[in-house]
Amino acid sequence: MTLPLIVAKSLRQHLLSTVVTAASIALAGGLLMAVWVVKTQSNDAFTKQNAGFDAVLGARSAKLQLVLNAIFHLEASPGNLPWTDYEDIAKNAAVALALPIAVGDNYHGYRLVGTTTNLFTVEHAPGRKYRVAEGEEFAAGYMEAVLGSFAARQLKLKVGDKFHPYHGLNFDEKQKHDELYVVIGILEPSNTPADRVIWIPLEGIQNMKGHDAKSAAEISAVLVKLKNPIAGRGLELMYNKQGNRLTFAWPIAQVVAELFGKIAWFDKVLELVVWLVAAVATGSVLASIYNSMNERRRDIAILRALGARAHTIFLAVVLECAAIAVLGMIAAFAVYLGITTVAAHIIRTETGVVLDAFAWHPILAWAPAAMIGLSALAGVIPAVKAYRTNVAENLVPVS
Amino acid sequence: MPLLEISNLKKAYAAPDGGANVVVDVPEFKLDTQAQVALSGESGSGKTTFLNLIAGILAPDTGSIKLNGLELAGLRESARDRVRATTIGYIFQTFNLLQGYTALENVLLGMSFGPGADREFAKALLKRVGLDAKLNHLPRQLSTGQQQRVAVARALANRPKLVLADEPTGNLDHTNARESLKLIREACRENGAALLLVSHDREVLGQFDAVQELHKLNRAAEQPVS
Ligand SMILES: Nc1ncnc2c1ncn2[C@@H]1O[C@H](COP(=O)(O)OP(=O)(O)O)[C@@H](O)[C@H]1O
Ligand SMILES: [Mg+2]
Repeated sequence: MTLPLIVAKSLRQHLLSTVVTAASIALAGGLLMAVWVVKTQSNDAFTKQNAGFDAVLGARSAKLQLVLNAIFHLEASPGNLPWTDYEDIAKNAAVALALPIAVGDNYHGYRLVGTTTNLFTVEHAPGRKYRVAEGEEFAAGYMEAVLGSFAARQLKLKVGDKFHPYHGLNFDEKQKHDELYVVIGILEPSNTPADRVIWIPLEGIQNMKGHDAKSAAEISAVLVKLKNPIAGRGLELMYNKQGNRLTFAWPIAQVVAELFGKIAWFDKVLELVVWLVAAVATGSVLASIYNSMNERRRDIAILRALGARAHTIFLAVVLECAAIAVLGMIAAFAVYLGITTVAAHIIRTETGVVLDAFAWHPILAWAPAAMIGLSALAGVIPAVKAYRTNVAENLVPVS
Repeated sequence: MPLLEISNLKKAYAAPDGGANVVVDVPEFKLDTQAQVALSGESGSGKTTFLNLIAGILAPDTGSIKLNGLELAGLRESARDRVRATTIGYIFQTFNLLQGYTALENVLLGMSFGPGADREFAKALLKRVGLDAKLNHLPRQLSTGQQQRVAVARALANRPKLVLADEPTGNLDHTNARESLKLIREACRENGAALLLVSHDREVLGQFDAVQELHKLNRAAEQPVS
């Protein structure tokens, strides 16, 4: 009862430094938690993300580039492959569904991806197909577009609106095509990269005016769903080892995991920086309490004169440091939610991968524990000074 | 058996030249239960040091301090803290109130380390010293006389057997000093506490029947120039 009172009084008496140090704990703790959660969640979300497919077949290239382009709709296409390759793999006994795609145009930065109406039969998650929420599916050969939900919202396009595509994967207003497309449908949100895509019939991309005439019989990649995922091994052997013209990227999760393997060093650096920030913040608790020890001496001496034991004073200082960290870590959750919400928004805008800013992660328990523990530990140094305060000399003896 | 019994008590401070500066050298001193005694002594005669030894704030070099049947010399610091928390009240010239705490909280702290907080008793004490309307005032919101009265209430908060008062009126004007002294003496009597007061103020000393001169008691104190 007495100890909490002494701690609370001291926090209030040094209000400015309490607020400043708690704020530095809040920023550091919030950053620590946010970096951890965004890191592990994006690792998770990207590796689990396959938009409903098991593999990608494309021109000979790095598997990662193939997957980024065909599944995540990022980066450049590594090159085209003839239509006959699509026909071959579609007929393969191990393949349940093959979806050819062609890329090369955009509308204000959102990619147009040409494909077949088979798109609407793909299950992107168990029991959930790419379904049109508004309007209807495009029909092969028509200049009709079905928009991913995110693209539609960002572009403010509704069913019935018309637009001219632009050439290239990046928006350049000088590259406008003459063709006029009509928005015929908008997909339900799927929380996959498909949400950021403008889907049109395959022939649309192939025959767009100004495109190379020989590309009319070519596609950019084939998205493959296998009857049994294990069957990928045979196809991989066939395309990657025996052939040298095409690349079969399988399994997708493993290809994406390689990407995270490549940026693991960055992860480590980030982790280190975040821990340093946390250490500096707990150090600031130490410094601010230590610096105020001179002002506190008289109060300590008075408490001792009233019968408080030296180790009670020691404990009060340690608890005060811990209390600053507790206040800071409560505020840290606001910082954490702010950072993760913004980060999740950016990641969604750029990749279509959806992170849950509110998801539970063990770091949300042990970051506060660590920050509070470290602050209490840092408090031991000023606490020793408090413990040793000379009572008689600090009672302001007047002789 | 007296409440306080001191024999051959010695305390020296390290002198700047490296030697020892003996400040207290008291062969014998006794104080009875509920007695009220004033010690007179000039500045520097060791009054504060003597009281700090009795309060257990300082440890003696040699000698014996028996308080309420317990030998203080040789006790560990935490044990002396405990004795102070339970059996001693201390009133200072500079009041030594905690500035961040209200009058009531200051009095509550006076009991927290000993018998434990008792709000009703704390309020009763503040009422006794005439501050029942100022319970939640901070020291800086009180006059010096009122601050001293909070200090008096605080000194009695742990129901002490002995109240030590170190020049308790040194910072007060005449009228306040007289009233404050009266209050201290009455309050100690009502609460069954003995009072040991040190001062160099003739006027204060004049109020006591029993006045002992420190320079006679303390062989280390300089003899006054007569
Ligand atoms: N901590 C200390 N270190 C060294 N000398 C001290 C210390 N405290 C007091 N003294 C010296 O001891 C003597 C007695 O001091 P004190 O007990 O405060 O006397 P009084 O209260 O009667 O004025 C003085 O000469 C003072 O300078
Ligand atoms: Mg003195």
